[in-house]
Amino acid sequence: MISLPEPKPEILARRASILADLARLLPADAVIGEDIRLRPYETDGLSAYRQMPLAVVLPRTTQEVAEVLRYCHANGIRVVPRGAGTSLSGGALPLADAVVIGLMRMNRIREINFEDRYAVVEAGVTNIGITKAVEGEGFFYAPDPSSQLACMIGGNVMMNSGGAHCLKYGVTANNLLGVTFVTIEGEVVEIGGTHLDAAGYDWLGLITGSEGQLGLVTEVTVRILRGPEGARAMLAAFDSVEVAGQAVDAIIGAGVIPVALEFMDKPCIHACEAFAHAGYPLDAEAMLIIEVEGSVAEQDMLLGRIRDICAQFKPISMKLAESAEQSLAIWKGRKGAFGAVGRISPDYLCMDGTIPTGELPFVLKRIGELSTQYGLGVANVFHAGDGNLHPLIMFDANDAESFRKAEAFGADILKLCVEVGGCLTGEHGVGVEKRDLMTSQFTARELDLQRDIKSAFDPGWLLNTAKVFPLEGNARIAA
Amino acid sequence: MIAPSDEAGVAEAVRAAHAAREPLSIEGRGTKRAMLRPVQAARTLSTRGLTGITLYRPTELAISARAGTPIPEIEAALAEHNQQLIAEPPELRALFGVEEAATLGGMVGANLSGPRRITWGAMRDHVLGIRAVNGAGEVFRSGGRVLKNVTGLDLCKLLTGAHGTLGVLTEITLKVLPRAESSGSLVLRVADIAAGVRALSAALGTPYGVSGAALLPEGHGAMQGCLAIARIEDFAESVTYRLDRLRTELAAQGEAALLGREASEALWRDIRDAAPLNPAPEEAVWRLSLAPSRAPAACAELRAVFDARLLLDWGGGLVWVAGPATEAAHGAVMQAAAGGSFTLFRGPDALRAAVPVLPAEPLPLAAIGARVKSVLDPAGILNPGRLRA
Repeated sequence: MISLPEPKPEILARRASILADLARLLPADAVIGEDIRLRPYETDGLSAYRQMPLAVVLPRTTQEVAEVLRYCHANGIRVVPRGAGTSLSGGALPLADAVVIGLMRMNRIREINFEDRYAVVEAGVTNIGITKAVEGEGFFYAPDPSSQLACMIGGNVMMNSGGAHCLKYGVTANNLLGVTFVTIEGEVVEIGGTHLDAAGYDWLGLITGSEGQLGLVTEVTVRILRGPEGARAMLAAFDSVEVAGQAVDAIIGAGVIPVALEFMDKPCIHACEAFAHAGYPLDAEAMLIIEVEGSVAEQDMLLGRIRDICAQFKPISMKLAESAEQSLAIWKGRKGAFGAVGRISPDYLCMDGTIPTGELPFVLKRIGELSTQYGLGVANVFHAGDGNLHPLIMFDANDAESFRKAEAFGADILKLCVEVGGCLTGEHGVGVEKRDLMTSQFTARELDLQRDIKSAFDPGWLLNTAKVFPLEGNARIAA
Repeated sequence: MIAPSDEAGVAEAVRAAHAAREPLSIEGRGTKRAMLRPVQAARTLSTRGLTGITLYRPTELAISARAGTPIPEIEAALAEHNQQLIAEPPELRALFGVEEAATLGGMVGANLSGPRRITWGAMRDHVLGIRAVNGAGEVFRSGGRVLKNVTGLDLCKLLTGAHGTLGVLTEITLKVLPRAESSGSLVLRVADIAAGVRALSAALGTPYGVSGAALLPEGHGAMQGCLAIARIEDFAESVTYRLDRLRTELAAQGEAALLGREASEALWRDIRDAAPLNPAPEEAVWRLSLAPSRAPAACAELRAVFDARLLLDWGGGLVWVAGPATEAAHGAVMQAAAGGSFTLFRGPDALRAAVPVLPAEPLPLAAIGARVKSVLDPAGILNPGRLRA
């Protein structure tokens, strides 16, 4: 179990008066203090970790967020920001002495401008909600994390979320124009705007992916893009991981950048097929789902090129979707991958490292060896174009030993990702989950520089403390 | 000038300067000395000695090179594998009147992006990893060599565009992409800048993946009139199909002509490098970044104050301006950029020292910025005065 800092006894002792103060600052229905209503906030998408918070507030406006932060800052109270709580790294895990600021009530779309191609939305608008608001005109918001039905844009900004289509469209950071940022002191600052690339320091870039360490974001100006004429997928199955990897290299090497390029290993193919009956080849060691965009003729041309490239690698089978429906069927298994694994195992940990794509065969071989060593099953989904690997480690949460092994197995995989030239997290964030592994990617001095930059925003270390940075190294700052 | 041949040498030079509290002018080959404010430092530390590509994996879409590597050297290596720099950085030798080509470190330090930025992102979007030396002479890294990485605070973004004031970049890893098989452009003759921006917005609102959207108010070469230009880069069949669709869908926007690959590439090189501005040596050049629909009014405001020569890119969102290097002209630029951003891109020392060369920051952010600066450059020795007085 991950260690959390000691709660401040003086804050715990003042709980009743803090709740009363918050109730004066905010409308009555925006402050939660009863245990039964706090319970839903004790965990997030990483449900293995639980901790009840001191209180939860649900502000409706930037001004209310600023007032809560000003109050918490003045009283030395820790703060944990929360969007939809879909973080898979424990980014929204509460602390016993912290006020959780939930942004789900800030769910208004402020402005949509098709001429200048942006939308201004509050932090609690869901990712899919942005696309829904603009798709009538043929536009969309590009980053599409698999939690997009639930996850909120404020959380997407804080975690710099990706998705299956970022090979072409980039991650959250590449699709933002501006944010309304609230400092721990409760100052409201507009960063960026409706224009590209403001001169001066790139605060927008630094804040994106900062996991709530620097301040809160209450409004976001995103770029919206005109969607393609259409899109279609194909699948190609191979009898070895190495060969599938070579096919990916050949596709990219030929100058074709598909909009999505997904890789699944054998355990994952089997789990998905049992769940979704998508017609996946069960004799394959590895399978690629490749999606292209354009007019129907362009899709035919691109899929034809990719088919010809794959054909050089002796595929077991290939299937080109001939319609949007067939394309959906191909995606159905992949999109249900996490649920599918959940069906064959009581619990699973979803890991999120990135590796140089050329290292895939070696990394999968090592993961297989570790799987045997730990006695736990693993299924691998891989964004093959950008190197983002999601091993799903199967375990039983009711068995403490099984959970301990799953955590250790996961840590070994992430360290392996760093060793081969990759990183600990491609899109889920460090959170509490990978906090103690940060020393495998950064030197002590590098981590201290990052800590000092946090201190420049949050001198009292009140913002989402106990995430991202290993606790022992934080002592220097607190001292 | 100190020009170490390796990163350790850079660190040692900065450590010595830090100990002596001696300011340093940080540069690659110094091609952008006439940009932003003149640096207040007696000595110069150049990364020109740090050259060479250190890693290039075409199938992983990543290239690493030391900061002093000239951009043409990187482009040549990429071209061998039919790849390119995504942000299409401008070649500014003519604009800055210098002989040498810019370095990778300078291009990233200035976050300079060309026409493709509108669809494919800025230089800062493609910086995957950096190595740098901070103002205390310590080497640090951020990011890495993989395309997706959210591990820790993103100092790559912080140092990109910081013009050497937060650290000396020593090595940079960039995402790269295949060069399109072909390209071509649709040129529309439009009534004025407002009509041109409307046409470009319409073009960028189509599903055809326009990768360049520029406006030449005074025409270009043999092409007369106010010209709105939309570029397609793709496989040959797609370029033909998409230009044809664009031409049909934008038929109402103005008289149209199509440019084939060669003519299109030449035209976009000129747009990328702001060549049509052709400023006289004593003139100033500005870049404004605005919401595109704000650009026509901004251009009109500028023209009301001085003889502004204009070139618009990024669908109208980037306005290049050439004009007299006077405080009055600069004041007009600042006003026209309200709600957006501006830089005094080139100008004589006297003007650059006298005016704010980029917009002021909100006070809380300026206070945070000062603290961040003192984390990364505790003695304030890196490029003092470069961004602000």
